[in-house]
Amino acid sequence: MASLSGARYGFEEAALEDQPAPAEPPKKRRRIRWWRFVVLFLAGAYFFIPLYAGIKFSLENIAGHFSFQTIQELPSSPGFTGALALSLKLALVTVILSSLLMVPTAIYVHLKLPRMRRLLEFVTVLPIVIPPIVLIAGVLSVYPLWAKSSPYLLSFMYVILAMPFVYRSLDAGLSAIDLKTLTEASRSLGGNWIKTMWRIVLPNIRPALLSATVLTMALVLGEFTMASLDLWTTIPVWIVNFQGAANGHIQVAASMLGLVGTWILLVLVVSLDRSQSRYTRRKTGTQ
Amino acid sequence: MFGATSFVRKVLRKSGPTIAMAPFLIYTLLGLGVPTFGVIYFAFRGEHGGWTLSNVHQVTHGIFLVGFENSIKLGLISSIVPGILGVFLAYAIQTSNSTILRRLTTTASGVLANFGGINLTFMFIATLGSTGVLTLWLNAVGLNLSNFGFDLLTFSGVVFVYMYFQLPLMVLVITPALGGLRQSWREAAENMGASSWNYWRYVGVPVLLPSILGGMLLLFGSAFAAYATAESLTLGLIALSPIQIGNFLNGNVIAGQVNVGYAIALGMLIILSITMILYGLVQRRASKWLR
Repeated sequence: MASLSGARYGFEEAALEDQPAPAEPPKKRRRIRWWRFVVLFLAGAYFFIPLYAGIKFSLENIAGHFSFQTIQELPSSPGFTGALALSLKLALVTVILSSLLMVPTAIYVHLKLPRMRRLLEFVTVLPIVIPPIVLIAGVLSVYPLWAKSSPYLLSFMYVILAMPFVYRSLDAGLSAIDLKTLTEASRSLGGNWIKTMWRIVLPNIRPALLSATVLTMALVLGEFTMASLDLWTTIPVWIVNFQGAANGHIQVAASMLGLVGTWILLVLVVSLDRSQSRYTRRKTGTQ
Repeated sequence: MFGATSFVRKVLRKSGPTIAMAPFLIYTLLGLGVPTFGVIYFAFRGEHGGWTLSNVHQVTHGIFLVGFENSIKLGLISSIVPGILGVFLAYAIQTSNSTILRRLTTTASGVLANFGGINLTFMFIATLGSTGVLTLWLNAVGLNLSNFGFDLLTFSGVVFVYMYFQLPLMVLVITPALGGLRQSWREAAENMGASSWNYWRYVGVPVLLPSILGGMLLLFGSAFAAYATAESLTLGLIALSPIQIGNFLNGNVIAGQVNVGYAIALGMLIILSITMILYGLVQRRASKWLR
């Protein structure tokens, strides 16, 4: 769009001021186009070649021919199902814990304590500043043995790691609706608090809840740092430690499955975000 | 009876905010505050108890100092290079006429920026490992990357792989700032006879600079603190601070250094805090033009 109006402007300039170099603007424009092509081509190559290589590796047998052998072998590889079960269990517990903690807090702050929003924003950004490797070092140094011997300590910490994403989703979702009017209407029509939350507020922020859930699950299923140092074999730890196939095709295949799965989930979230913001724009009309 | 209920109500109303915020505050205290405190506490504790500066002393000398140097070098390279390339990429995307391209790349950036970790390692092993697809292609035309000093499993490889999430992160961060460059500024500059170079030299880059620096600081933080990709790619054989902490936690400790890992973690916290303070300052400056 910018280049279009720029080009139009170039012609205007030539017509209005009658400058002696009318051939200059088209030349400039072509140069910009070439430059853009080169940048986009290189970026495309950088992002697509590894993807292609990963998929090719996953769909190859040892002789180098196309086959689903590697992917078929994956479920029967020693330890895979156990690691998958652990990862899924941790993901489920994290999502439940995170929702129970963050949803009521976010709603309460939006409704009753707007001045606490800055504090909440600050605290939920901290997990980005304090890296997981430092957090797990601290956890392993101070937590009692009974806590460290349970895999759910990981879920406890994953809630912290997911906070930036979860809070931002919920905050966006709650800002998009007129929470105060909705709850007041519900209360004046005789709904109690539980009914108001369950039947009015939660359905209205469903896209935000969904995106928070998906982001949390993607985070838990891909997390390596804390799990490996806490000595629990989740899927990423299993992939790194797997020693079976000499050429590493199984590891690549498992990685690519995880990756493609995560991407599909994340693309869903991003599209949901977009449809939600469109919904908000339409609702707020001229603003 | 009535008096009692109203009393309970009053108490509830007064302490309502405290009760409602308590779970969140207690949780973050346990999950963020206590571990951070633990790291700081043990950084100054001796092997057999007692306060000491020996851990801090060891961390600022020898191999641990090299670890910090390497980590900072890694952070700088993989923030400056993707930072600059990211601006060009974002500009190329933003000024393109294709709405589909813009929408696709926005979605892709959002997805890729969140994607580090071990899956990236194995995808790049399939690409640039000894039997990787790209390695074989390059060999076929007579190019051997190791002749150029590139090895996927060392520092150069880590930098190259980090670009895969750093570049999209930069595109995400810088796109709003590019949107803040108004067409009217360019027109005004051209009206006064400015060439394209003049425009970028005196208007475009100065306006964008705080946002670019801010983006680079974020990239620095994410590359400096990353553990999973570097650890799985180099098998922990590269001297980076996060990997050194990991080695301590895995129990690879020699006598007299039991708590040194916590001192490294403290050093990382200090460097990251400085990064974030700088980010805050730069961000304030950047928001001046983005209204």
